[in-house]
Amino acid sequence: MSILHTVNKSPFERNALQSCLKFANSGDPVLLFEDGVYAALKGTSAEGQVKSALDSQSIYVLGPDLKARGFSEDRVIDGVKVVDYAGFVDLAAENDKVQAWL
Amino acid sequence: MSEIIKKFLYLNRKAPYGTIYAWESLEVVLIGAAFDQEVRLMFLDDGVYQLTRGQDTTEVGMKNFSPTYRTLGDYEVKSIYVDKGSLQARGLSQDDLVQVAWEDWETGEEIENIVEVVDAARGSELMEESDVIFSF
Repeated sequence: MSILHTVNKSPFERNALQSCLKFANSGDPVLLFEDGVYAALKGTSAEGQVKSALDSQSIYVLGPDLKARGFSEDRVIDGVKVVDYAGFVDLAAENDKVQAWL
Repeated sequence: MSEIIKKFLYLNRKAPYGTIYAWESLEVVLIGAAFDQEVRLMFLDDGVYQLTRGQDTTEVGMKNFSPTYRTLGDYEVKSIYVDKGSLQARGLSQDDLVQVAWEDWETGEEIENIVEVVDAARGSELMEESDVIFSF
């Protein structure tokens, strides 16, 4: 059983990402979208959390939400994969369940 | 002018798009400008993300209201402050932020960029000096 975890809250304002990473099984993918995309950026105080999670799971970030907020792909932490809406759908379809960390 | 002029401080602490706070704040600032008050804006915490350059919302189907920040100088807003610590925690610098120009229509005085990065002590001072604080 695999679960796609989605996080749409800023890591600086809520603990959604922190809880997500605490409970997600290793190997389960995490998708950052909406205000969650700020966690995917280099040089932030949340970078350490994301980098250590990358050792055990895939992390994705939704490109259109990054772009809306003024960030290009080169600002994204190495190893975090940028996906479009079709990629989001694929992830949802590939996994057995989707868990949304609101 | 015979009316009392108050110092208004708008505190912006939320990222744009994820919630409506940023846009609502901007609307209130623009309305407030019509009343000839002394208007200052301060951006801290996730609010600093409101000012990032190059926002492009075409793919998310939302209105891109970021160009409006650059026009604030035309709406009697003379001071925009950004909290340094909030930028640092997010790996950002002033280069990542839009510039806001200001010009006095009567004297022709011009300021190229009124966006100023300030430390927490200055931030406290700004709150202390204000007559009214609007929080978003």
